[in-house]
Amino acid sequence: MHKIIYAEFLASNIKRFEISAPKIAEKRKAGQFVIIRINKVGERIPLTIADSDSSKGTITIIVQGIGKTTKELNSMKTGDYIMDVVGPLGKPSHIENFGTAISIGGGVGTAIAYPTAVALKNAGNHTISIIGGRTKEFVILEKEMREICDEVFITTDDGSYGKHGFVTDQLQELINQRKVDFVLAIGPIPMMKAVAEVTREKNIPTVVSLNPVMVDGTGMCGGCRATVDGKTVFVCVDGPEFDAHKVDFETLGRRNRTYLMQESDALKSYECESEKALSQKLT
Amino acid sequence: MPGKISNKERMKIPRQIMPEQDSNVRRTNFNEVNLGFTEELAKMEALRCLQCPKPSCVEGCPVGVKIGDFIALVADGDYLGAATKLKEDNLLPAICGRVCPQEEQCEVKCVTGKKGEPVAIGRLERFVADYERETVGIRQPELKPKTGKRVAIVGSGPAGLSCAGDLIQMGHDVTVFEALHDLGGVLIYGIPEFRLPKAIVKAEIDSLKALGVEFKTNSVIGFTDTVDELLANSYDSIFIAVGAGLPYFLNVPGENLNGVYSSNEFLTRVNLMKAYRFPEYDTPVFNCKDKNVAVFGGGNTAMDAVRTSKRLGAKNSYIIYRRSDVEMPAREEEIHHAKEEGIEFIFLSNPVKFNGDKDGWLRSVTLQKMELGEPDASGRRRPIPVSGSEYDIPIDMAVIAIGNGSNPIIQKTTPDMSYNKWGNIVADEETMKTSKHGVFAGGDIVTGGATVILAMGAGRKAASAINRYLLGEDLWFRG
Repeated sequence: MHKIIYAEFLASNIKRFEISAPKIAEKRKAGQFVIIRINKVGERIPLTIADSDSSKGTITIIVQGIGKTTKELNSMKTGDYIMDVVGPLGKPSHIENFGTAISIGGGVGTAIAYPTAVALKNAGNHTISIIGGRTKEFVILEKEMREICDEVFITTDDGSYGKHGFVTDQLQELINQRKVDFVLAIGPIPMMKAVAEVTREKNIPTVVSLNPVMVDGTGMCGGCRATVDGKTVFVCVDGPEFDAHKVDFETLGRRNRTYLMQESDALKSYECESEKALSQKLT
Repeated sequence: MPGKISNKERMKIPRQIMPEQDSNVRRTNFNEVNLGFTEELAKMEALRCLQCPKPSCVEGCPVGVKIGDFIALVADGDYLGAATKLKEDNLLPAICGRVCPQEEQCEVKCVTGKKGEPVAIGRLERFVADYERETVGIRQPELKPKTGKRVAIVGSGPAGLSCAGDLIQMGHDVTVFEALHDLGGVLIYGIPEFRLPKAIVKAEIDSLKALGVEFKTNSVIGFTDTVDELLANSYDSIFIAVGAGLPYFLNVPGENLNGVYSSNEFLTRVNLMKAYRFPEYDTPVFNCKDKNVAVFGGGNTAMDAVRTSKRLGAKNSYIIYRRSDVEMPAREEEIHHAKEEGIEFIFLSNPVKFNGDKDGWLRSVTLQKMELGEPDASGRRRPIPVSGSEYDIPIDMAVIAIGNGSNPIIQKTTPDMSYNKWGNIVADEETMKTSKHGVFAGGDIVTGGATVILAMGAGRKAASAINRYLLGEDLWFRG
């Protein structure tokens, strides 16, 4: 059992958790993930480790409530317990001093980009961050990114904060202005694909972190397989980070929709039950 | 029946039939297929044993169970005495009685079987274990005084559990590290409930806990701790029994379409994560209801997967195998049960591509007919493609059950140990010692995919060698 030491909402459906996991806190490197299972009927879901504090023995995860499990997780509070947390899993990010490195996070993807941005800065890169969100509410970790990056740019789809437009518009502008040596992009699949298209022309090394459906997270089931450079890879042990110019994003997006029907049924019945429980409390 | 009975009379008794759930009922549920012998059936079956002075059945048992002795006790009606005798050599008899391929091991050597059918050793083993557990609970063997030595076992599957059971009795402290959240390895994630109820696995593991074995779940050795860290952190020896654990795929076009699974993923979702009880449990699996499901492969895992798909409501469930029925490696009992449950077998056919619709869902498979040529390295006749014989059959879900390679995590994080070209750990056949001082390995990570009992045999050999090593014998110096 892992105690939630602190939990707070960063946006209406994005929550940050500090969870007690001393061993993982001590060992984890940027880019690695954990698999969690909330309770004994829960599913196993992978979540990238956003941060850690080895002195407190905690890791930070940032969760966007989309399906049943993530919404249920986001209903958990400080002092609650998560049944299983296993990790750190996956290969750490490949970090070196590239020169100028841009880290792009879209929505909750910023949480995953953050630890790698820290590592890039520590390796001596001139580190630039582009944070994108649908609206102002979904621009997260701006303060944290400003603390560690040399430059930070914000974009929102509706123009409610920062520059009106997509992260790719900002990226294109930066590439036009100066020499960029490395790009990391983490966010929704269409965003990562669009970034890959922007950097492909100038052949800028670009890395994306993939988030397919997983079960064990140790290479045992093969459910997380993706196509990279025409070959099948297991994202959990061969990744999660890959060369963006070689990833088959279409197959990835399609495979992530495998359980769409079941997921939507599960979510409906969960929300229905939550409402019932709430109305019972009120009466 | 009176105590004295001639061998001739013994030979006249027919092999007793295992009571089982009706095939029409069982293919709609996940309850155990075999119901187990009654006392009457067990006693009658035990009388069939000739009590050979030099029993060849024991030679066939990888853990050397004293088969004749325990069966004699069953014939006398001393079932608890039989359980004690059995557990001198096998601490997990309820599991082995269910999943060992006795027909290739002890029973194939049975003298009674030379003229008729062999004594049903496996069924008697199961009966004795179940009798003890259901009447007085699993009783514990005596432990030797504590040695103060500590052993780390990596993996809680059959090899790890049998090794743990022996070492704890020898007086050593034992910690078993398991990567998943639940214990038992393939016994929990791979073998379905209808063949091996999880409550039985849990009961046998609980008996090891009661003996003092410590279990740590959610521990992926290599990541959570490395082998070297375990050695540095006060473990005197390590036994690596992580299993095979990296599924092979066919490497044909369309294999990443939605609806194509490895057997590991399909079975893990259903067994470990209990997807057959979705949405009560959160993990989903492909909705097989009224669909066509094809399982590729001819081993026990393929049978487990195809029978699972039937229970999930599939309209047609096929086994598609590139050789013919005689080359199938699955146990006869599993093939027989599968046929009874309405599984269709398509032999001498090999998938060449999976075909999907515009949304990327599997819709059909293109098969190529095969014919059998000369025997290959496995001794089985090699399948040869017949050119121009391709044909399509409509399927909505596919399960690839063609075996497992070795999981790379230990190898990547323990580079100073010897591995073969397939990534299996190289270990001595008798002592299971690896090239790394103090480290032993056994089970599927050494042999490649094999059986539960072979892994248990390796676990026991390792326990014996680890004991010698901990008591001061330098196994590495001796080479």
